[in-house]
Amino acid sequence: MTTGSSNRTNRTLKYAGVIFVAVALMALPFALTAAGTAWVRITNLAILYVFLSLGLNIVVGYAGLLDLGYVAFYGVGAYVYALLASPHLGIHLPFWVILPIGAALAAFFGVLLGTPTLKLRGDYLAIVTMGFGEIVRIFLNNLSRPINITNGPQGIAIIDPVRVGGISFGHEDVLFGVTVSGPVKYYYLLLLLLLLVIVVNLRLQNSRIGRAWEAIREDETAARAIGIDTTLVKLLAFAMGASFGGVAGGMFSAIQGFISPESFVLTESVMILAMVVLGGMGNIWGVIAGALLLSYVPEMLRYTVVPVQMAVFGRMLVEPEVIRMLLFGLALVLMMRFRPAGLWPLRARQREFSTEDVVK
Amino acid sequence: MSSILLEAHAVAKRFGGVRALHDVSLTIHEGEIYGLIGPNGAGKTTFFNVLTGLYSATTGSFTFAGAPLRISAPHEVAKAGIARTFQNIRLFANMTALENVMVGRHVRTHAGVIGAVLRGAGTRAEEAAIERRALELLHYVGVADRANDLARNLPYGDQRRLEIARALATDPKLLALDEPAAGMNATETAALRTLVEGLRADGLTVLLIEHDVKLVMGLCDRVAVLDYGEKIAEDVPEKVQRDQKVIEAYLGA
Repeated sequence: MTTGSSNRTNRTLKYAGVIFVAVALMALPFALTAAGTAWVRITNLAILYVFLSLGLNIVVGYAGLLDLGYVAFYGVGAYVYALLASPHLGIHLPFWVILPIGAALAAFFGVLLGTPTLKLRGDYLAIVTMGFGEIVRIFLNNLSRPINITNGPQGIAIIDPVRVGGISFGHEDVLFGVTVSGPVKYYYLLLLLLLLVIVVNLRLQNSRIGRAWEAIREDETAARAIGIDTTLVKLLAFAMGASFGGVAGGMFSAIQGFISPESFVLTESVMILAMVVLGGMGNIWGVIAGALLLSYVPEMLRYTVVPVQMAVFGRMLVEPEVIRMLLFGLALVLMMRFRPAGLWPLRARQREFSTEDVVK
Repeated sequence: MSSILLEAHAVAKRFGGVRALHDVSLTIHEGEIYGLIGPNGAGKTTFFNVLTGLYSATTGSFTFAGAPLRISAPHEVAKAGIARTFQNIRLFANMTALENVMVGRHVRTHAGVIGAVLRGAGTRAEEAAIERRALELLHYVGVADRANDLARNLPYGDQRRLEIARALATDPKLLALDEPAAGMNATETAALRTLVEGLRADGLTVLLIEHDVKLVMGLCDRVAVLDYGEKIAEDVPEKVQRDQKVIEAYLGA
């Protein structure tokens, strides 16, 4: 009886927590707008990084395949959106048509990357995937001749904003008597997509395929011996992870209205990987926390470093960018020293990294 | 005698100039415990690895359950109904005991990515069935009380049993055990023996590689002896024990 009532209390608490978080998330853009519309934009980008981190987490965290070229899928999704919704090719499809196309094409590229690298692991896989990311970027840079597809380094501009019904997300509107800015509208759309992405992730993790991914990460030979088609299952990981990147890329295009190959460089891949590792590989909540942390902290620095230096020294001694990389490096070193499994690791990973030997 | 489950036809495996297996032919009947013994380096594990698709045979072939066994990849061998354990235990260390066995059901279940994402009635029923069967198997091998412990935290003997449970989860016709008693103490070995005898009683065919000669002689219905990659004897344990070639192989001629 006691367990029954405590279960009920727990459940009530859980629901109360969920409702509280939901209300807070719904109210957030209004609080942020008070601090400046820039913070809404920053939050939107942070959510995109959550998508990317969760996608990469499937490949790196679940299946244990180190991928340093993940930004390529982000780029594919972004360019699919840009090409299908801008004056560049004169095509203007609605976003709900383009996002699935972008996700599917990114998944296809995921399989394209996965197929030749099936036998590689660890460092070797990292090198090849890094090369893949660069290849995609260089293609984006050069596919302007002989036929102009990507418009080269100039990028693609005047990309259509998302439109739902008659409402464009590109500018401010008065909805239900409330003034809602473009970024705020995107925020709600992203929140909805985020919910979807998290549900998909959780369901994949606790499924036959999710267990097969984990099994491959733990011992590939044993996984094969008990009947897991590792080729298929690894390609599924690459494809699923890539499709998340494709969706994020599409939304990035729509929000920014302009993209160029410069947005899809190696450091982006490294940053996304850092989010996954910092948060805690394999744990969805940890990965989300890592992505938010690494998205917000640099922005906060941008807004504090310059005023603080001006106040203290009367002039700017160190560029915010330098401080950012300095702190970033320091954070990674400290993390590897004190929390090698990430800030919020998967229970299993935590033990994997623990140094105490298990003696029974 | 009962019908033949597995037949190896002149299976050979060379690693460069090393002749690890030389035209090994043997026959395993349904429902028997078949022992494969031999001195160190005789090719027992190589034979296992060829049979289960980890290595490809240089020449030779297998017939399994009346049909030619197409060994193109290990997962197809598992699908055909041959499950194995490893000499050095290969569990999924950071998954729970229950999850380890649940992974074993992979080859007999179907839910894909779409099924997992939509989580319809079919997928939920399959998930429930997977978990139920995995728990049954944990009970069967006697590690059910550790179901939610990480595999790496289980005591050595339990890890061996868990690996057997995981292999059983694939619904095998033939269970191939690679030195299951290695590193076990007398109590654990006795318990293992009871477990394997129980498997035979339940109609499973077992192929057993073992160093513990006492265990093999007491447990197996028939025994084959490998020496330098060649089969030098195949018979009931009592006869094999008295075979001149076998004695020479073990004691050195």
